[in-house]
Amino acid sequence: MDRIPILKFGNALLVTIQVDMHDRLATTLEEDLTSKIVELSAKGVLIDISALEIVDSFIGRMLDNIAAVSRILDADTVVVGMRPAVAITLVELGLSLTGVKTALNVERGMALIQARLKTSDSEDDDEE
Amino acid sequence: MTTKNERLDIRSSDDVVRVRQLTRTMALAAGLSLVDQTKIITAASELARNTLDYGGGGFVLAELVEAVGRRGLKLTFEDHGPGIADINAALKDGFSTGKGMGFGLGGARRLSNEFSIHSKPGEGTKVVIARWK
Repeated sequence: MDRIPILKFGNALLVTIQVDMHDRLATTLEEDLTSKIVELSAKGVLIDISALEIVDSFIGRMLDNIAAVSRILDADTVVVGMRPAVAITLVELGLSLTGVKTALNVERGMALIQARLKTSDSEDDDEE
Repeated sequence: MTTKNERLDIRSSDDVVRVRQLTRTMALAAGLSLVDQTKIITAASELARNTLDYGGGGFVLAELVEAVGRRGLKLTFEDHGPGIADINAALKDGFSTGKGMGFGLGGARRLSNEFSIHSKPGEGTKVVIARWK
């Protein structure tokens, strides 16, 4: 069965979606990520969607779900690399992905996750 | 002018991916801009999934069309499923009888230049969209 690989990067998980996902593949990724977060005690999830030519409501919902579930499991999700045309289309479609943190690229996304780890390490509960 | 037609059955979630690929090829042939391509591929993905999940499968007909000197892409989704009893309700955002977020039909309408839907309970549903260059 097809699977999207999940890489461990420090205490974060890195997923690069490089195929046009059918719905089952998206659902499998959601489930795989959830178990990996627990298994590896990951504190962050970085999802690179720069190869995706479209994000429809199903994939949008998957991203929303992953962000919500990882938050409950004490991990931050950052979606990076969304193409401009995809962003325009998503908003017109009616999905604004309000629950999902985004960054322009992998580097900035990783910085977001690391910044959050630093504040939690120093027992500083101040959220920006 | 030559017009090109392609028909594709929608029977599985892999077919939804094939509909997106067909739509991309045809949108390129119609000369649509990158943003317009993205919009109609997204709309096609929503409608193909509706055809599969609610219509029990069906087909899409993709046509390169030309009117008043403008080229465009027209997509017709047809199924012989249970049909939609209240089309106005189904077009509202947040309306869903299934597993989706309820943005499919209304979203597809917003992403298209033309949109029409015909449905009769017990007979099926036909949705036509078009995007012009």
